[in-house]
Amino acid sequence: MSLLEVNNVSMFFGGLAAINGVSFSVNKGEILGLIGPNGAGKTTLFNVANGFYQPSKGEVIFRGERISGLKPHQICRRGIARTFQVVKPLQRMTVLDNVIASAFLRAKSKAQAEAVAIETLKFTALYDDRMVISKGLPLGKRKRLEIARALATNPEMLLLDESFAGLNPSELNESIEIIKKIKEKGITIMIIEHHMKVIMSISDRIVVLNYGEKIAEGTPHEIGNNPLVIEAYLGEAQHA
Amino acid sequence: MKNFLPLIILAVLALAPLLGLSSYLMHILIIFIMWSVIGMAWNLLGGYCGQVSFGHAAFFGVGAYTAGMLYHHFGASPWWGLPLSVLAVALVSLVIGFIVLRLRGPYFALATLSMGEVLRVASENLVGFTQGDLGILIQQRTWVDKMPYYYIILAIAAVTFFLVKKVIESKLGYYFVAIREDQDAAESLGINTTFYKTVALCLSAVLTGVAGAFYTNYMGYIDPKIAFALHDISIVTIMVVMVGGVATFWGPVVGAVIMVLLAEVVRSIPQLGAAHQTLFGVLLIVIIIFLPNGITGDFGKLKKLFKLGRASS
Repeated sequence: MSLLEVNNVSMFFGGLAAINGVSFSVNKGEILGLIGPNGAGKTTLFNVANGFYQPSKGEVIFRGERISGLKPHQICRRGIARTFQVVKPLQRMTVLDNVIASAFLRAKSKAQAEAVAIETLKFTALYDDRMVISKGLPLGKRKRLEIARALATNPEMLLLDESFAGLNPSELNESIEIIKKIKEKGITIMIIEHHMKVIMSISDRIVVLNYGEKIAEGTPHEIGNNPLVIEAYLGEAQHA
Repeated sequence: MKNFLPLIILAVLALAPLLGLSSYLMHILIIFIMWSVIGMAWNLLGGYCGQVSFGHAAFFGVGAYTAGMLYHHFGASPWWGLPLSVLAVALVSLVIGFIVLRLRGPYFALATLSMGEVLRVASENLVGFTQGDLGILIQQRTWVDKMPYYYIILAIAAVTFFLVKKVIESKLGYYFVAIREDQDAAESLGINTTFYKTVALCLSAVLTGVAGAFYTNYMGYIDPKIAFALHDISIVTIMVVMVGGVATFWGPVVGAVIMVLLAEVVRSIPQLGAAHQTLFGVLLIVIIIFLPNGITGDFGKLKKLFKLGRASS
C-alpha cells in the first residue's frame, strides 16, 4: 500500500526545471532511498513534499489526501517530519528543549512533552547530552538531534536529508542502527544519501534522479546494475 | 530562595512608599515600574520570539489615546482606558501584525518603525478625532498624591511579570524561542509560525498599551509627539531590554532601573543634560560590544571583571 505518492511533480525556478515530471510512490513501512548526483533535485523534492515549495505542476498525495498546497506545519501535523541537510538546530536551546519544542505538537501538557522528549533522546542515544546547548554539539550529534526532533513529532513518515553526511565510521554505524530501529517502529522512511554503501544496505527500494528527472527505480540490486545509473554517476566513458 | 525572589522584590516595592518617600522619588519609582512593564512586554516579542520591533510606540500610543479619547469624547473616566486599551491595542496589533509579520529580520524592524511613525503622523493630522498637536489634557486628575498611582502600576507590573513567566515556561514559550532560533525549522516541526508570531505580537502590544493607558492617567496630558515618540518610547524600550538583558526575566526590570536613573542623573547635570541621548547611544554601543546579553545575561562576565579589578588594585 502506498503511503506517499508523488504524481508527475515539476518544480521550476524561473526557466530552470529543478524537478521535471517525477512520479513514484513510497510504500507503507519501507525505506525508500533517493539518490542522484549533486543538483539532481533531491532536496527540492523534499521541499515540495514537506510544503516549503508548491510544485509548479503535479501533486503530492499522502494517505490518499492531496498535501501540496498545505503549509509545512500542516503537513507535519498530518504526519510527515523531516530533517535538514544543513542542520538547523534551535541553537540557543538545550538539546532537551529542542526536542520538547517539537514534542509539543502532539503532547497535551508540558510534562507529557518532556516525557516524549526524554524517551526520544534515549532512543537516539542523545540522552547524556540533553543539557548541552545545541550550538556546541559536534556535527554527528547535531545530525542525530535533527532525527530526534523529527521523531518527537510522532510522524508516520520521516524524510531524512543526508543524515549520514560527514559522520565518522562509528557515528555512521550508530546512525544506521537508529534508522533500522525507526523502521521497526513502523515508520516509513524516505532518505536522501550520498553514501552508497549505506543506501544500498538499508533501502528496500531506490529512486534515482538525474537533472531533475527520474532515471531509475528498483531494488538496490537492480539499481546497482542499471547502466543508466552507472552512466549518471561515473560518466559515459566507463563501460566496464 | 530563587523562586521567591520575585515575591520578595514585590514585597519590598510594595512597602517602599511607607518610608515616606518624597513626591519626586515616588515619581521616579512610578516611571521605573512603567518602563519595566514596557520592557517586559517588548521582551516577549523581541527577546523570546526574536521579532525585533522598532515601533512599540505605536502600541503605547494607542493605549494612551484610548484612555485620552474616552475622556475627551465621552467624558468617561480615563481609567476605563486600562481595560479598553486591551481591546483597542489587540485590534490594532492584529492589523499591524497582518502587514509586518510577513517580513523577517531587518525588514520586520523597519516595517514596525514605520508603523509607529504612521500612527504618530495620523494622530497629528486627525485633529477632530485626536485633537492633533493640541493634545488631550485630563482636566482633573484622580489623585494629587502619587501613592495610588504607584500601587496601580505596581499591580500592573506584577501581573505582567507573572504572565510573561507563565507564558515563557509553557508551550508558547518553547514555540516563541523555536521561531527565534530558526523559523524554517520551527515551521517544519509543525509550528504554525504565522499564528504564534501573531500571538507574541498581540500579547506584547497589549501589555505595552496598558502601560500607555496608565501613562495618560498618571501624567494627565498626551500629544502625538509624546505618546508615539520614536526615540523616547520605541528606541528607549529597546534600550531598556538590551541594557538589562534580552530574553531574561529580570533583564527589563534591571534595564528600566538603569535607564530611568541614568536619564534623571544626566539631565540634572547642567552641561551634560542636553547630550543625554548621545550618552544613551554610546552606552548602547558599549553594551552591544562588551555585554551582548545585557547586564542580567552577562552577569557572570561582569562579576569576573569586578573580581579582576579588585585583585589587581
